[in-house]
Amino acid sequence: MRITEQEVLHVAHLARLSIGGEEAARFRRELGSILEYMDMLSEVDTSGVEPFVCVHEQASATRDDEPAETLPLRLVLAQSPAAGHGAFEVPLVIEEG
Amino acid sequence: MLDKARRFRTEDLSPVDELERLLERCRASDLNAYITLNGDEALDAAEQALQRLDEGDDDPLVGLAIAVKDNICTKGLRTTCASRMLADYVPPYDAHVIRLLRRKNAVIIGKTNMDEFAMGSTTVTSAFGPARNPWDPMRTPGGSSGGSAAAVAAGLCDAALGSDTGGSIRQPASFCGITGLKPTYGSVSRYGLVAFASSLDQIGPMARSARDVAVLFDAIRGHDPRDSTSAEAGCPPIPLEGMDLRGITIGVCRSFFSEGLDRDVERSVRHGLAVFEDLGAKVVDMDLPHLRYSVAAYYLIAPAEASSNLARYDGVRYGLRLCDERDLMEMYLATRSAGFGDEVKRRIMLGTYALSAGYYEAYYHKASQVRTLIAKDLREAFSRCDLLAGPTVPVTAFGLGEMVDDPLSLYLLDIYTIPANLAGIPALSMPCGFDGRGLPIGLQLMAPGHREDVLLGAAMTFQDHTRYHEVRP
Repeated sequence: MRITEQEVLHVAHLARLSIGGEEAARFRRELGSILEYMDMLSEVDTSGVEPFVCVHEQASATRDDEPAETLPLRLVLAQSPAAGHGAFEVPLVIEEG
Repeated sequence: MLDKARRFRTEDLSPVDELERLLERCRASDLNAYITLNGDEALDAAEQALQRLDEGDDDPLVGLAIAVKDNICTKGLRTTCASRMLADYVPPYDAHVIRLLRRKNAVIIGKTNMDEFAMGSTTVTSAFGPARNPWDPMRTPGGSSGGSAAAVAAGLCDAALGSDTGGSIRQPASFCGITGLKPTYGSVSRYGLVAFASSLDQIGPMARSARDVAVLFDAIRGHDPRDSTSAEAGCPPIPLEGMDLRGITIGVCRSFFSEGLDRDVERSVRHGLAVFEDLGAKVVDMDLPHLRYSVAAYYLIAPAEASSNLARYDGVRYGLRLCDERDLMEMYLATRSAGFGDEVKRRIMLGTYALSAGYYEAYYHKASQVRTLIAKDLREAFSRCDLLAGPTVPVTAFGLGEMVDDPLSLYLLDIYTIPANLAGIPALSMPCGFDGRGLPIGLQLMAPGHREDVLLGAAMTFQDHTRYHEVRP
């Protein structure tokens, strides 16, 4: 199974990465050889084998939803590249009607 | 490290003077082991440690200088993940392990260099330039916890924390001639560790000796309700006097000694196995047929999880933002394309591909099934032996310029370390010799889940009868 340049561009867009034509060719080559190596997995008979979920049984245990202390809003917003009016600021998401 | 803890109490050695001496060494060093040094805050902590020592606090970690990999959050101290994306990120909280270390009055001396987002095995992908190997500055210290390994080996700290997703503690430990432990999955809280691949990531200690590693591991392990994968159970108390190896069976995976293994590495590891035999252990050959698929399974599973974990870097809540005022999509694309380096992009794309419609079954699902078989191979092996031993890496530290253009050949070097991550079991690397150029060689031990007591006990006894861990660059 090889990857085409078009698939590379599609996957990059799904991952919200913009890559140029030259980069796309290079990534296609690199990902192609990696994926070719992955083909060895098809040698393994996995019929009836459950996919690995987690290391220990209790790992997916749920906990009670109890309110606890949270970080102060001021500190959280101070990490943001753009914040104001007690909120994160982003470009316009919903167009005006 | 433990020797210094003793000298804090028996000699006129002060943690403040010691820290000042270490900080000076760090500033003069050209190994690029640290991304950020912790100056004033560390000195305050050392002053406090001095006071605790005067009061008779007998915790071995009081006043010791611990270096911390730069993907572990430290309140008020920049945590970059060696990425442009987080180059100015100052966490508003401490990771659980940092909180535990501070509570014991250990001193956080600085944040160490690494591969970007822990993706790599050279530190060459660091946005802050590569760290260098103290044994030969033209070579890589390994990665991704390469800065931590270099700092320990060069005496730029007393011990360090790293993280290990596919070998990122053990491989640099091997390349730098130190001891490094990847604990059982869930035994150390990951609250505050920047996530890479959540079913594999684990924080662990790195130091000169297995005894130092054991003390640091004891300090950071334990259940933490804030990490939902944190295990309730832990390993039994770790015997700091080492353990009697008579009656212990050490399994050796036959396929670990096949093509691609450097001859000097093979010779030293076989010598290490002979040391274990001399100490009374029984060494037996074993076949673990699915371990040869480890790299293929891992490089689908880890990137798949990474592609999801790294979706959070969108330029909104923290980190870099390259802004186009009008367009949200443009903001995402510009921010992520400028913020991530090539290896991170490669893995995000690989993971996105492996999870995408039409390929999920053939890649991610298949890899998860093979992971089950690898874990089963290891479980069955441990019904016939107490420990598994072999080389940590097929080669010794290579030149900083070598292999950077060939991602697959670098991935293949993780073949021995990946199985422990896939199965969630503990594993360590410790020095067992040197190659023809004088570069250190590591021996890996693996144990069943939550048996760090056996793993570290055996390593301590090995080190009580060898000197490899005492040789300095």
